[in-house]
Amino acid sequence: MRFVDEYRDADKARALSARIASLCEPGRAYQFMEVCGGHTHTIYKHGLEDYLPETVTMVHGPGCPVCVIPMGRVDDAIRIAEEPDVIMTSFGDMTRVPGGRGSFLDAAARGADIRMVYSPLDALKIARANPDRRVVFMAIGFETTAPSTAMTVLRAAAEDVRNFSVFCNHVRVIPAIQAILDSPGLRLDGFIGPGHVSTVIGCRPYEFIAGEYGKPLVVAGFEPLDILQSVYMLLLQLAEGRSEVENQYARVVPWAGNARALRAIGEVMEPRPSFEWRGLGFIAHSALRIREKYAAYDAERLFAVPGVRVADPKACQCGEVLKGVLKPWECKVFGTACTPETPIGTCMVSSEGACAAYYNFGRFSRQRVREATR
Amino acid sequence: MTETARERQVLDRVDRARQRKARLREEHVTMAHGAGGKATQTLIEAVFLDAFRNPLLEPLEDAAVFGAGGARLAFTTDSYVVSPLFFPGGDIGDLAVNGTVNDLSVCGARPLHLSAAFVLEEGFPIEDLRRISASMARAAASAGVSIVTGDTKVVQRGKADGCYVTTAGVGLLEHDARLGVAHVRPGDAVLVSGPIGDHGVTVMLARGELGIEADVTSDTAPLNGLVAVLRAAVGNGVRCLRDATRGGVATILNEIAGASGVAVVVEEDAVPVRPAVRGACELLGIDPLYVACEGRMVAVVDGDAAESALAALRSHPLGEGAAIIGRAGADPPGLVLLKTAFGGTRIIDVLVGDPLPRIC
Repeated sequence: MRFVDEYRDADKARALSARIASLCEPGRAYQFMEVCGGHTHTIYKHGLEDYLPETVTMVHGPGCPVCVIPMGRVDDAIRIAEEPDVIMTSFGDMTRVPGGRGSFLDAAARGADIRMVYSPLDALKIARANPDRRVVFMAIGFETTAPSTAMTVLRAAAEDVRNFSVFCNHVRVIPAIQAILDSPGLRLDGFIGPGHVSTVIGCRPYEFIAGEYGKPLVVAGFEPLDILQSVYMLLLQLAEGRSEVENQYARVVPWAGNARALRAIGEVMEPRPSFEWRGLGFIAHSALRIREKYAAYDAERLFAVPGVRVADPKACQCGEVLKGVLKPWECKVFGTACTPETPIGTCMVSSEGACAAYYNFGRFSRQRVREATR
Repeated sequence: MTETARERQVLDRVDRARQRKARLREEHVTMAHGAGGKATQTLIEAVFLDAFRNPLLEPLEDAAVFGAGGARLAFTTDSYVVSPLFFPGGDIGDLAVNGTVNDLSVCGARPLHLSAAFVLEEGFPIEDLRRISASMARAAASAGVSIVTGDTKVVQRGKADGCYVTTAGVGLLEHDARLGVAHVRPGDAVLVSGPIGDHGVTVMLARGELGIEADVTSDTAPLNGLVAVLRAAVGNGVRCLRDATRGGVATILNEIAGASGVAVVVEEDAVPVRPAVRGACELLGIDPLYVACEGRMVAVVDGDAAESALAALRSHPLGEGAAIIGRAGADPPGLVLLKTAFGGTRIIDVLVGDPLPRIC
């Protein structure tokens, strides 16, 4: 298939793998964080680790939108969904995220009208088709999905749709990366930058990472060869003593980002003073809320949102996993108490979550498989 | 202890946890209970098996096999709630007939007679009911079975979604071969009878919610002819046959690996998937290995019989696109591994109740 197969070519992967190995200093261990959950998914889905030397470790970062939603926000959303005239709409991944009182799926089984959509525009369509109901879109995601939420609010305003609102949980990637860089006990040699987020924000916002923190960052695409090439580019920077922001995904990501998308976000949304992240705690300016001007479309203003705070379950080590301090299998409840069918932590829910990706795709001993196929 | 050794220890612990019977924690039925993955399995075991437990039901195969008056019979039932009722390549009618014919066929039985029960919503067009019934009659004729008994119920408007169909079927076992997911041994070959995922993708796109258009049609078809050709060619070399419906090929391979205690290793490059299906799956972020087929089967045969099994399948119109997709090995037991086209290795796990649309 065009535009897919050329980025999954095993011969090219073998050649890159050899070049990667030749760039590694003997005796040195490298740790690179892929910020984005989409990259985590690709790494596991294609078995990319088979091409990396044992001294190169991929650390899975906090860029899975579902994984960073705190339990209290899920409970708040369920409270809204349980209002008798409400239709709550949400992306499929979100329906299984556990709050303090179960997930959307559980709330739906108890009688709430919760519908899966593929785009906020579908939610708006549902609002138009059900004028006697209040339709709420559970908006999640980084700067990748924020523009489509913003555009939907603008369209609802232009068409004067009165029964549509957004429960806004959009988060921003830069404050999250900064929180990780500032967290103690973390040793990273560089970052694989998020590709889709960067189509919107561009590459410039990462410059402080390469400059002030001295960590190289390569914005990468989502096919396995993209990621392998980005690892090679990071190692090359280290070998040459450089620390820069580079764009491996230039076929999609413009250096300056997407001005129209940024304008739409800026028109409809503004940074919150602070927002809670699952496992990471409160991070300043790390999320977006709907501006006063569009208050009529802001579910937080329209509904009595209780603003529940729920402490993460004690056994859950999602925070350590999201920061890359622990590998998924090093969490105490991994695969026993916490599994994809009965997740305790959010990292086990979305296929982009580090724990779910490892559980579903990587839950085997490479050593044992090598022995068996020898 | 090295990190690798610690990881292996954790993996063994996870494996033991997976062997334990899952507990049904929910107080209400959720859509995940109908998705054909682990949640469905848990519901069946905790509620139905717990209530009905008996040796014929316990294997939870596609059909129960038992002796009666000197004959060996296979007996099965299935309900159909597909939405939309009509889709490219088929409708709920031929789906309901073929599904039951296939459940009997993959047990090694010759399908004989079917029943058909209808739950109809007030206001449902008679014209549509005629169309569905005509399509059932055609499917039954083509599979060589008759629909010999039935039932009709009507519920008030809004209490059902148009039309639900339940079929049951009886088949005759004319040989003593025992087929089943527990009979696979290391060295066996794994085949599929044609391109996978056509039905699931067709129905998902036919719902019109995704805004994707592709030239795909459902693969709904009766498999009894194909099974007969395969059995004629390799006889008792056939270990296990399953039609790859809800949960797709991946779910069946996991049942085989689990029940037989073998590793199943699949070559991604060898799995036949039509370009349109592959494209739609890429766009939707789903894996064709989990997408339902309604006229494809997974066949596991003795490794030495692999090539003759392949030739036999390909000699039949429904098996033209058949392929050997992998092998069973001894280690690690219970796991399905995929050698990806990219050249890496990963697991193919059981689907965890994703809220996929109603496809059968």
